[in-house]
Amino acid sequence: MIVAERKPLEAIVEMLKNDRKVLAVGCGTCVAVCFAGGKKEVEMLASSLRMTTRLKGEKLEVDETSVQRQCEVEYLEALDERVKDYDAIVSLGCGVGVQFLAERFPDKRIIPALDTKFMGGPTEAGVWEERCQGCGSCMLGETGGVCPISRCAKQLMNGPCGGSKHGHCEIDENIPCAWQLIWERMDKLGRIDELMEISSPKDWSTGRDGGPRRVVRDDLRLPEDEDI
Amino acid sequence: MTQTPEFEPQIVAFCCLHCAYAAADLAGGSRCGYPPSIKIIAVPCTGRVDSLHLVKALEDGADGVMVAGCLPGRCHFQTGNLYANQRVEHVRSLLKEIGLEADRVRMINVSAGMGVQFAERAKEMAETITALGPNPLRVRKAQVAPTDAAMEETN
Ligand code: SF4
Ligand code: SF4
Repeated sequence: MIVAERKPLEAIVEMLKNDRKVLAVGCGTCVAVCFAGGKKEVEMLASSLRMTTRLKGEKLEVDETSVQRQCEVEYLEALDERVKDYDAIVSLGCGVGVQFLAERFPDKRIIPALDTKFMGGPTEAGVWEERCQGCGSCMLGETGGVCPISRCAKQLMNGPCGGSKHGHCEIDENIPCAWQLIWERMDKLGRIDELMEISSPKDWSTGRDGGPRRVVRDDLRLPEDEDI
Repeated sequence: MTQTPEFEPQIVAFCCLHCAYAAADLAGGSRCGYPPSIKIIAVPCTGRVDSLHLVKALEDGADGVMVAGCLPGRCHFQTGNLYANQRVEHVRSLLKEIGLEADRVRMINVSAGMGVQFAERAKEMAETITALGPNPLRVRKAQVAPTDAAMEETN
């Protein structure tokens, strides 16, 4: 899932300083399950915004709603009529949701209420950890199912480095050394010999280094008009 | 904060049926009074009380909100009171962000037999809120209303 966290209230209020009437829109998928932007969080933010602006003697009307997924235009159609009444939309979606809202409603200002953190999941109640950086060429098959791109601070292809101490990374003793984890997993799988081979540098052109990325599936595209 | 002498705070108290609600009953039955400003809402467990309930109560004008659950380790559902305490702490820090005093929300822990202690805690809460004065949101609402009307006119 995409993991996000609410921005400080003050930062959101600052972005809304010229608005009188805004619609807070939640997203019912990733950010709902990491408790950042679901229905309840929208209610909480809307309440907080109304309260803090009222206390300052400012007038800000905040209404609230939520859609199943902000990153799919089909779910945004339902808002077409509704958004007309508002100066701005406060999105509690991840950065993708914010941008899809901006594309759907080109004449509305879209304010991000969340900071999008990473792709990951909960490791215990109330704790989320990063697991993938979308490198575009997954190498988990060679690393025992532990991602060295997102979990090794140096993104090493051949670890661990000399900073690996008692199973932890030198940058923070609470962060496990990814390469220690890889080693342990590969050992359990009886595949240590594979780790003895030096991996070549990663081809980053499939990642962000190759520019904004796109996935095209011809089998799923709608037929062109002339073919119908 | 200016405070009228006749200010009687409105305090919403979410009381767990298994402890604090019974304690409040006992306090009443034992003629051990607690302030009438405490308005009790019975809940099956304080674990049922959501952060949103606390915030909404304040948004709607309550001067204070109290969550009254079982003693730590004595929750009928084991950990409901511990969750409630975490939520109260969460809301207290949110209130600071909003610009309201954190002390408007408080958690207390009592057993069903602690009628006297319930009354004492309730009294302390009422004193705290009386000292803080009325919820400024309620005051604001009253002040903002005519301004709103004026704005409608100018529109
Ligand atoms: S190797 Fe790449 S695709 Fe696979 S989990 Fe790591 S970052 Fe994600
Ligand atoms: S200590 Fe481990 S996780 Fe940290 S940089 Fe080195 S190999 Fe990567």
